[in-house]
Order: sequence, then structure tokens, then C-alpha cells
Amino acid sequence: MILGAHTQHHLDSLVTAWQRLRAQPLASAFSILVIGIALSLPTGLYLLISNLDRASSSLSEHTEMTVFLKPKIETAAALGLAEALRNEPGIRKLRFVSREDALLELQRSGLDDVLTSLSSNPLPHALVIEPTQVHPEHIRRLGQQLRQRPEVDTIASAEAWAHRLAALLDFGVGLTWMLGTVLALSLAAITGNTIRLQIYARRDEIEISRLIGATDRFIRRPFLYFGALQGLLGGLAALILSGLAILWLNQSVAELASTYGSSFRLAHLDAPISLLLLACGALLGLAGAWLSVAYTLRDFD
Amino acid sequence: MIELIDVTKRYPGGHVTLANVNLHIQLGEMVFITGRSGAGKSTLLKLIGSIEKPTSGHIKISDKDISRLPRTAVPYFRLNIGMIFQDHKLLYDRSVLDNVLLPLHLREIHGAEATRRARAALEKVGLADRERSRPITLSGGEQQRLCIARAIVGRPRLILADEPTANLDDDYAHEIMNILQALNEGGDTILIATHDQDLIARYGKRCLVLADGALS
Repeated sequence: MILGAHTQHHLDSLVTAWQRLRAQPLASAFSILVIGIALSLPTGLYLLISNLDRASSSLSEHTEMTVFLKPKIETAAALGLAEALRNEPGIRKLRFVSREDALLELQRSGLDDVLTSLSSNPLPHALVIEPTQVHPEHIRRLGQQLRQRPEVDTIASAEAWAHRLAALLDFGVGLTWMLGTVLALSLAAITGNTIRLQIYARRDEIEISRLIGATDRFIRRPFLYFGALQGLLGGLAALILSGLAILWLNQSVAELASTYGSSFRLAHLDAPISLLLLACGALLGLAGAWLSVAYTLRDFD
Repeated sequence: MIELIDVTKRYPGGHVTLANVNLHIQLGEMVFITGRSGAGKSTLLKLIGSIEKPTSGHIKISDKDISRLPRTAVPYFRLNIGMIFQDHKLLYDRSVLDNVLLPLHLREIHGAEATRRARAALEKVGLADRERSRPITLSGGEQQRLCIARAIVGRPRLILADEPTANLDDDYAHEIMNILQALNEGGDTILIATHDQDLIARYGKRCLVLADGALS
């Protein structure tokens, strides 16, 4: 196959970059490991947040709102309301608890003596609702809608809990971005420094190439490929490190989840996020190399 | 073809290496530039090769003023010139063939065509059987021939040779000069900076003498 001259030079630059990486295996391995560790920190935090989010979504199946109806509401009216609400959007499940069932439940809970002293059943009918989403805004809106019903007296909901969880997740997302940005800069700096040392080690070669007509673009290209390649391999190292961490942590998570009767396990990065991590590694390596080459070559002028 | 008009080169600190030099060299000429050490021979070649810029004056090559070339245009200009250095300036971690391939890669010539042309250049300087060797294993004369092969492989019409026979014994020096003369007979313009008066006398070409930064 005959390649265009431009493509051929890109291919040559890539091969040169790979040879330079292989020429110093120990130094390259350390650089890649450092980049891998730097990338695995925000990756680990992202995994924690996404798994918490997943866990909270599964918890939403058990997040209930209890709607207490006014005491004067009769059983037929309460059942009618339950039937009307069952098909409302935003409600996953609805269970009607009659005042008689509620009393029985209370008696079973050990308050039998207290209840026998009462002349009549003081408990109202209630509707136990599972919302479709655990997001606090959704729970708040659903509560508002229900309160507008004349039959509804009070609502006990998990809004505050959901709000706290959402705030925690938001904080985690913010922390991931902040840590990701700081470590991205450090990755670019690590690559930049490696490239700077390489440029100085190849100063003679660069100066000779320039004397016989090499453009900055020609000189720059293998270094850029080197930076991108090193970043890509650093991303791969981060992927492996976070995968190993998940495998290790899942043993403890499985034990913890089983005590709650759950089969929850931490999930690995999915394919699109894994590709994004590799691309980020390569792009940050490329950016670090670009800056380093630009500044260092200017020193040679 | 090559024209220097009132060219002065002053280095930081005030030392004047060339002062108001005027020069005209025809296409296809072979010219010796001589003078004592520090007379400005190498500086003159560096100015013509756009390795350095004159402090004042103009340098025209084929009517194009190269003395004020923008930085980004300099590499493209240098591709039209073959440069031979006294200290060879070879890449010692590459093979002989790779050294000769480099100027072709700079011209975006790759693959079989590049290899064919590099081998032809090595053949011309008598190094065809050393293409896989490292330059460090070559003798001084062979290294200089390799430097010539690298200079001519891109088929430039102008060759600048800075002390190409320095540090070489007579036999090697004549080998190098014969190659340069053959290139000149093929139509190339060749400028040779040398302090070797015997060499200049033997080849009987035009000779420019530099003394205290001025041509005589």
C-alpha cells in the first residue's frame, strides 16, 4: 500500500515515539504509572459517585411517602382516591392501608395495652406511595400535588433524606471535577517535563535537522506522538488500577449488601467512559507535549 | 545568482566579522573563500545559508532577498541548499542510510523512492557498501563523504562547504574535492570555505580572500 507523504511522516513519527518509549522501559513505566495513578484518583471518585447514584436509584424502590387522609374520610372515598392516584404519573406503586389494618399493625408492634384503653380507632386511612424518582424535587412536587387533594391531611415523606443524598452526590460530582482538573494539569506537567528532558537529550539531533531544513512541525511531531502515547498508556493504567480496586472492594460490598438482603455490587466503568478516559489521557499528554515542545524549541533559537 | 550587497555582520558585543561585503557569484560557478581563522569565511557561508542573518545589507539568491526571510520560511529555503560542515554534523545514533534519508523525509519523500535516491547518493560518494553502518564506525574521510551524500541527495543546485577537507589527509582531501568538482561539472554552484592554499592552487577556480571582515 502506498501512503501519502504526509501520512507516512505521521506513521514514522508514531513509530519513532514508540521506539523512544521502549528505549527507556523503566523510566517510561514509571511515568506511565504516575500518570495512571493521577488519572485513577478522579476515576475512582467518579466510580464512587456513579455507584452511589445507582445505589440510591435502587433505594428509591423502597423510598415511600405516607399520605394520611382526613379522619372523616370513609373507606369507599379513600379507596376511590387510591384508585384515582394509582395511574398518576410520578407514582410507581400505591398501597392502601385502611385504618383497621393500621390499628392491627400498631397492636402487633406492642402498643396493644394503650390501644385497648381507647374507645374508638383514632387512626386515619393512609396511602403508601413509592415515587418513580428519589430526586428531592420530584418528591416535593408530588407532595404538593397530593396536598391539593381535599381528602389529604398530612404527608410523611423521605424528601429531606433524598435532598441530603442529592446534595451529597452533587458535592461528589463537584469534587470529581475539581480533582480531575487539578490532576489533569499535573498529568500535562508530568508529560511536559518528560518531553522537555527528551528534547534536551536530543538537542544535537534537533539542531542538525534544523540546519538541513527541518521545520518546527517536523521536529515537534514525534514528541507530540510520544506525549499522546504516554498519556494513552497512563489512561490504560488508570483503567486497570480502578478495575482492580473495584474487584477488591466488591468482596466487602457484597458482604455489606447481603446484610440488607441486597445483591448490590460496584459497577466497573462502562465502555464509553473507558474510551473517554483513554482519550482524555491521550489529549492531556498531547497538550503537555505541545506546550513543552513550543517553549523548549524557543529556547534553542 | 548569489549577490551580497553591503553585507555587515556584527555580533553582540560589537565584534564585526564582515563589513560592507559586496559579492556576485554566477550560476554554476565553483568559488573558494579563503582567509585566516576568524576572517569570516564560515560567517559568510552561514549568511548565504540563512543560518544567521546579516546586521545590515542584502543577500539575494536568484533575485530573492533572503536576508529578511521570516523564521517560518527559513527551513523551506534551506531545503534548496546542500550544506557540508567541517565537523560533519551527522546523527550518530542512526545508520549511514538513515542519515542520507533525513533530507528526503524533510522534502516529504518516503518509501522506495527515498531509499533509491539515498542509495544513489551513497553510490556517488563511494559509501554504497556502508549503508547499514553507524557513522561513528567510519573514518574521517568517509564521514565527510557521508556529509556530502546527505547534502546532495535532495538535488540542490547550490552547495555550501565549510572547510570540507579540514583534518583530512591529502588522499581523503582529494577524494572530497573530486566529488565536489564532479558536482560542479554537473552544473551545481559550489562555495567552498577553506584555508588550504595548496588545494585552491590545484583546482584553479575563482578565489575570494577575506581579511578583517572585508573581501579582497
